[in-house]
Amino acid sequence: MGAVAGWLRRAWDHDLAWSFRRSPVAVAAALLTLLCVGGALLAPWVAPHNPFDAASLDLNDAFRPPAWLAQGEARYLLGTDDQGRDVLSTILYGARVSLGVGLASVLFAALLGVSLGLASGYVGGRLDAFIMRLADIQLSFPAILIALLIDGVARVALPRDTHDSIAIPVLILSIGIAGWVQYARTVRGSTLVERNKEYVQAARVIGRHPLAIMLHHVLPNVMGPVLVIATIHVATAIITEATLSFLGVGVPPTRPSLGTLIRVGNDFLFSGEWWITVFPGVALVVLVLAVNLLGDWLRDALNPKLR
Amino acid sequence: MSGALRPLVRLHAVSRDFDVSRPWLNRVLEGVPRQLLRAVDGVSFELRRGETLALVGESGCGKSTVARLIVGLHAPSAGRIEFDGVDLASPGASSLRRRMQMIFQDPYASLNPRWRVRDIVAEPIRVLGVARSKSEIDERVAEQLRQVRLAPEDGEKYPHEFSGGQRQRISIARALSGKPEFLVCDEPTSALDVSVQAQILNLMVALQGGLGLTYLFISHNLAVVSHVADRVGVMYLGRLVELAEAGELFARPRHPYTRMLLDAIPDLAMSGRRRTPVSGEVPNPLDPPAGCAFHPRCPHAGARCRSERPLPFADGPSLVACHAVQEGRI
Amino acid sequence: MSPPLLEVRDLRVEFPGRRGTLTAVDGVSFSIAPGEVLGIVGESGAGKSLTGMAIIGLLEPPGRIAGGEIRLEGERIDRLPQERMRRIRGRRIGAIFQDPLTSLNPLYSIGEQLVETIVTHLDIGTTRARERAVALLREVGIPAPEGRFEHYPHQFSGGMRQRVVIALALCAEPRLVIADEPTTALDVSMQAQIISLLKRLARDHATAVMLITHDMGVIAETADRVAVMYAGRIAELGPVRDVIHAPRHPYTAGLMGSIPKIALPAPGSGSPAPGPAAMRRPPLVQIEGSMPRLNAIPPGCAFHPRCPKRFERCVREHPEPIAAGTNRVACWLYADDRGAVEPR
Repeated sequence: MGAVAGWLRRAWDHDLAWSFRRSPVAVAAALLTLLCVGGALLAPWVAPHNPFDAASLDLNDAFRPPAWLAQGEARYLLGTDDQGRDVLSTILYGARVSLGVGLASVLFAALLGVSLGLASGYVGGRLDAFIMRLADIQLSFPAILIALLIDGVARVALPRDTHDSIAIPVLILSIGIAGWVQYARTVRGSTLVERNKEYVQAARVIGRHPLAIMLHHVLPNVMGPVLVIATIHVATAIITEATLSFLGVGVPPTRPSLGTLIRVGNDFLFSGEWWITVFPGVALVVLVLAVNLLGDWLRDALNPKLR
Repeated sequence: MSGALRPLVRLHAVSRDFDVSRPWLNRVLEGVPRQLLRAVDGVSFELRRGETLALVGESGCGKSTVARLIVGLHAPSAGRIEFDGVDLASPGASSLRRRMQMIFQDPYASLNPRWRVRDIVAEPIRVLGVARSKSEIDERVAEQLRQVRLAPEDGEKYPHEFSGGQRQRISIARALSGKPEFLVCDEPTSALDVSVQAQILNLMVALQGGLGLTYLFISHNLAVVSHVADRVGVMYLGRLVELAEAGELFARPRHPYTRMLLDAIPDLAMSGRRRTPVSGEVPNPLDPPAGCAFHPRCPHAGARCRSERPLPFADGPSLVACHAVQEGRI
Repeated sequence: MSPPLLEVRDLRVEFPGRRGTLTAVDGVSFSIAPGEVLGIVGESGAGKSLTGMAIIGLLEPPGRIAGGEIRLEGERIDRLPQERMRRIRGRRIGAIFQDPLTSLNPLYSIGEQLVETIVTHLDIGTTRARERAVALLREVGIPAPEGRFEHYPHQFSGGMRQRVVIALALCAEPRLVIADEPTTALDVSMQAQIISLLKRLARDHATAVMLITHDMGVIAETADRVAVMYAGRIAELGPVRDVIHAPRHPYTAGLMGSIPKIALPAPGSGSPAPGPAAMRRPPLVQIEGSMPRLNAIPPGCAFHPRCPKRFERCVREHPEPIAAGTNRVACWLYADDRGAVEPR
């Protein structure tokens, strides 16, 4: 217990924490992110209703406007959609999916990118040339296109009845594959620098296997920028997923994300039920903004140490 | 030769080339040939057990490359390196490598900033199997730290918490923890302040006596070398130009470059001695002069020096590669 | 006795930080006469580079001059606004830094850089400036300077580049040149050439030189007087011969003892048997410990924890410079019995 308290105290005093406390933007961003992430993760417990429990839906409550307008009700704070689902609850559940897919694809992209970057930078030669050409080729395609391509291929290749269950992993894979290059490039650059440092040469003289040197010596020293890239990448991944879902090729309709909600609500935008699309849209913007701000601050705070 | 008298390390006409050509595509498009940098050019010498051999020279002379060739960070492009009579390029030789270790110049880059000191020092112990159980390893690490006049508690810290001199001690502790016989020291004190340098040099000399080590000491600083070396080899543009006992080299330098180096050392004694003015600079190693590499700067250069590369010959107790010395002109 | 060209009195340089203020230079005083070479020697962290930076007005924020006076030819320059300081830099104070690679702009030819500097500071036309630049390049030993005028810095070798930097520092005819480790990045043979060049130029142009270095050998060859710095203060100041051969301050004595010197062997030693070098040469003088970090400077005399001759007063009181023969020493060993301090 004392060890935890000690660790907490040291974390509080740490440069990073001090810089954090100093910046009101960072604190605001952190609180916002905490709110969004907390709400999303705890959706089943926090949401006022379960919008996916068909039994609890009442079609009479469909198309209710937000609570502060005429005909609104307090228990449907942000109104309801065409099926009587509470918009706030769908947002919370949707954010959960968005965040989940975003985080998972970033994790996948980071793992892939860091491994390829390490190998490329450390081994050099033909492997490096090959991986970097692969990266160059991929960069000439927009990320969305790549994700669409992979998703399309999967749909064709896999039997129709598995589509829904496989959709989310395939989505994570496609967004991940679309995004590995930035990690690989950065890690490769740092690896090239570290590889020539004397501590790596010392490890070689001791006789360590190149893989061991890459993992135990080089990797800890090149991970710094990866965290910053990942934070910003979460925001991009969420938007990519939202775009794909908006286009109808993302998450299955049984597990809507914020993107799906925006699309579904879009149909009702001009018939007057604006809240069904606007609120999920605002939620998406707020979530992405918060993550971006946090990433910005993280980059600045880590910079002197990176130098 | 019996084991006891056999030299510990032996280099036979070792050369090392580096390919500094432009990328393949550029070469094809521009019609430019491959470019090879010969960093080490036909170097031969021996190291006797227990001695300290110093290799000196200015930047680009190849002394650091020789060090790296011996420990296996580079492979020789030509020639042979033997350790205890065994060719290091032969298949069974990898087990011999554990008997040699290296200390590097930059105290800030030679320790992994993310590792604790105890892990840094323990690495050779673990990899080379000197000890296996955790308690044994901890015990040895503490012993190594004490040996370099650091405290065992320092093992818990990270390298950035130490000064340059202390980091160099940690490097020495790491190098010695695998119980090697032979230590290659690449400019170990060049990045340190003079008072710290004195501490490290004293430590290294004391350890050598206590542990019976053999040192190859690379340096550009002749004064430092005069303090630690038994024999000194002078290198210029990848070639060994003179090799002699330390006392002999400083008292009676033979090669014109050695004389120039000694002359260029700032005169701390302020004896007001007359200096022969030094001329010119080290030529581009990609395009070395024909014949003797030093001839453009040599006050004694003759026709033969411009066309024929001098081979080392024995002049009394020293080895010199110079036509003028061989012909008795100087 | 001509008035000093540069006079520094009680200079203090501080770095305010979030954990308190660090004093990197603490009450440093010295003067340089025209045409004199003053060496500032010290190990890393002693504050010698910062002293030079403070004088030339190039301290990086948050570093700032927190006290004392700097007078150039009688005029105070430590509190000048940036614009005034910029005009003094280059025109009256020239600078030579350690790394010739980064001191020159890689995008402009050396000729352009020289002419630009001359035209900025001296009121002469471009043609005259060009003539002057070529003459300077010849003076610093660049062979065939007219041909090399259009060359870029990367086309010169390290030693040649440093010569160009020296030419650049001198081209506006400054009264004072601050050289911060000018030979450290160079090989020994190039070092010797640059040292003799600096000496000759100082003499020929009657320029005062403040030579900052950690290398005592360079000081011995180049300087007239030398100040030894330790932990932001001057430990000893005096003529070079006296400081090197008869150091008063225990730190200076320790420093001189720890420098390895080439000792010629005793006659008749013959070929020694292979054995540890320690058997032949005594260990170098070793000062235990290391220079304190800026946030951990001991009270009283900063050197006292490492000093073999310390006594009670050293722990309590910070010593002011005391005259001891030709040198000025900041050490209580040289205070007279009444504990009074000689006036500077």
